[in-house]
Amino acid sequence: MKIRAQIGKVLNLDKCIGCHTCSVTCKNVWTSREGMEYAWFNNVETKPGIGYPKDWENQERWNGGWKRKSNGSIEPRMGGKWRILSKIFANPDLPEIDDYYEPFTFDYEHLHNAPEMKAPPTARPRSLITGQRMDDIHWGPNWEEILGGEFSKRSKDANFEGIEKEIYGQFEQTFMMYLPRLCEHCLNPTCVAACPSGAIYKREEDGIVLIDQDKCRGWRMCVSGCPYKKIYYNWSSGKSEKCTFCYPRIEAGQPTVCSETCVGRIRYLGVMLYDADKIEEAASVPDEQGLYEAQLGVFLDPFDPDVQTQARKDGVPDAWIEAAKRSPVWKMAMDWKIAFPLHPEYRTLPMVWYVPPLSPIQQAAESGKLALGDEIPDVSKLRIPVKYLANLLTAGREKPIVQGLNRMIAMRRYMRSKTVEGVIDEAEAERVGLTGNEIEEMYRVMAIANYEDRFVIPTTHREGNEDAETLRGSCGFSFGNGCSTASEPNLFGSGGRTSPKSPMEVK
Amino acid sequence: MGDHLNMFFFGYFPYIALAVFFLGSVIRFDREQYTWRSGSSQMLRQKQLRWGSNLFHVGIIIVFFGHLFGLLTPMAVFEFFGIGHTAKQLMAIIVGGIAGIMALVGATMLLHRRLYDPRIRATSAPSDHFVMSLLWVQLVLGMLTIPISLGHLDGSKMVLFMTWAQGIWSFQPGVAPLIQEAHWIFQLHIILGLLTFLIFPFTRLVHIWSAPIWFLGRKGYQVVRSRKRPVT
Repeated sequence: MKIRAQIGKVLNLDKCIGCHTCSVTCKNVWTSREGMEYAWFNNVETKPGIGYPKDWENQERWNGGWKRKSNGSIEPRMGGKWRILSKIFANPDLPEIDDYYEPFTFDYEHLHNAPEMKAPPTARPRSLITGQRMDDIHWGPNWEEILGGEFSKRSKDANFEGIEKEIYGQFEQTFMMYLPRLCEHCLNPTCVAACPSGAIYKREEDGIVLIDQDKCRGWRMCVSGCPYKKIYYNWSSGKSEKCTFCYPRIEAGQPTVCSETCVGRIRYLGVMLYDADKIEEAASVPDEQGLYEAQLGVFLDPFDPDVQTQARKDGVPDAWIEAAKRSPVWKMAMDWKIAFPLHPEYRTLPMVWYVPPLSPIQQAAESGKLALGDEIPDVSKLRIPVKYLANLLTAGREKPIVQGLNRMIAMRRYMRSKTVEGVIDEAEAERVGLTGNEIEEMYRVMAIANYEDRFVIPTTHREGNEDAETLRGSCGFSFGNGCSTASEPNLFGSGGRTSPKSPMEVK
Repeated sequence: MGDHLNMFFFGYFPYIALAVFFLGSVIRFDREQYTWRSGSSQMLRQKQLRWGSNLFHVGIIIVFFGHLFGLLTPMAVFEFFGIGHTAKQLMAIIVGGIAGIMALVGATMLLHRRLYDPRIRATSAPSDHFVMSLLWVQLVLGMLTIPISLGHLDGSKMVLFMTWAQGIWSFQPGVAPLIQEAHWIFQLHIILGLLTFLIFPFTRLVHIWSAPIWFLGRKGYQVVRSRKRPVT
């Protein structure tokens, strides 16, 4: 047993309103630079839809994630080390920028400078890559927002596998949900495995996966390796970049920017202890539908004294063990089993988990078409097909999803009975395998969702890890190259054509 | 070419170019690693890259190692293996010719793409254009040497270049006059070749140093970094 700790994350999709505050605050902090205009470390997709970049879930096309070989071991779907190196001159699995979208701005200045004209001046779009006019913008960062576009295109969504999808094209049957996505900071990341330079690494102390910007040589294999397409090639600097899990904030005990600014309070951060020796075994289980449970088996109970002893031996600070006991991620993933990994079938053992959304049926129930269980109806009648959620979160296995949704409905029934009728309905809790106390706790964490319940983040214990003497006068966070910036005169040139520009400077 | 110029280009320039090449690479690696990258533009445009880049790279790698071993392997080694000058000359022409054509076709596709694709053109640094053009001209010159070489298959000229290259490598700038008699295409080819070494540290060419062959020897797939200091 080799115990490591990771700051895990849960997103409660049941409460996501699709406001994109997470995406925008993330963008402002991290990717508002030349070369990264097209990149969204965090984006919110409307599902069903093909997503961003187009069709990212179709691994037949992009070859992301891992595949299990006949001998029982796993290797990246794009191939082993020789295969990866053979693709280095031209990577056949690399998305083109049009698969994301060609970034653009508008001629805002024209609104100020236009001469007197018969028609009011307009701000026309201009490419941020070529600087030329774009008369026809045919894809953007969120083109399918709230079921935009034709169903025939959106329904290429890979999660429709095994579903008679045609009926969901009808207006009466249609459904939608939001899916905010960021780097999963996997336990078994394919991007790390595919990086020929060894520039991508997982941090032992908090599990954050980072790209060493000095070591990255721009071979761009990670972009293909990541099945979530959450590594972005910066065409200006020639380096790949990804979500940093806002590690400078996490180290200080603060939530990531996307979590901090989430107005729906849907994001949770907490410590998960895991057994690093079990990762390979869990990622290699033969049955894809067994991967979700296999990953549960990698997590370790912070209340178990043996685990605590071993964790201390492996260098996990006491404060982290204490935080693990209060971790909202542990509660949702392990205690209540209402949070699930995104596409476990990629075998990456992702660490950003999702609570599936309930969906409306009330109208159909009231019109007498559906059976009502009291006021709150039962899971099988929900508008979002359970199979769809299962394809998204449990490799198609419906049972855990049904249990999760039932528990969320039970929480509503229990609390309704308590507050409206003043009755503690213990039976309701038992029916879904929980106790009344657990439901009350669920309600506190998920419905009330106070800041200190959502974010249980111990600070990094730098005193044990770093020598403060050698850090004197260092520059803290930088995009590589120590403290030197691209604006300094430099014999070797900066990344791209010139020094990086902000979007408004590009003409 | 005059004695003086000849002495400069084939006696001293090799040392200037190689010194800048080695020192410049070390300094850039030490001070400016963030700028050390392959500079791939595949993400902006796949077209012409898949064929162009593969042909160019495979071709030029063969050509590069062909030159390296062909010029710097001591004569005694060839004699030991009983490879005659004519045989070596023919081998160089056939292997180098095929690889050279591959590289030239690839380079032409890449150069065309760089000059005429609006996305690639707009995002290219001046050094990107320069490197690509230089290599293209160099490949054309290299191909033009083949008909000349076919005229003296005895390998005498080749021995001349080997003596020169090995003389330079063993710090004997006195070998420069050997090149004086060579065809001007060879002379220009050598000068441009040395120029490539000279500009190497200031361009994307530095990615050659980082060819990730070590990847094949990496144990397992995962990389974990720890900031923990060993417990004492």
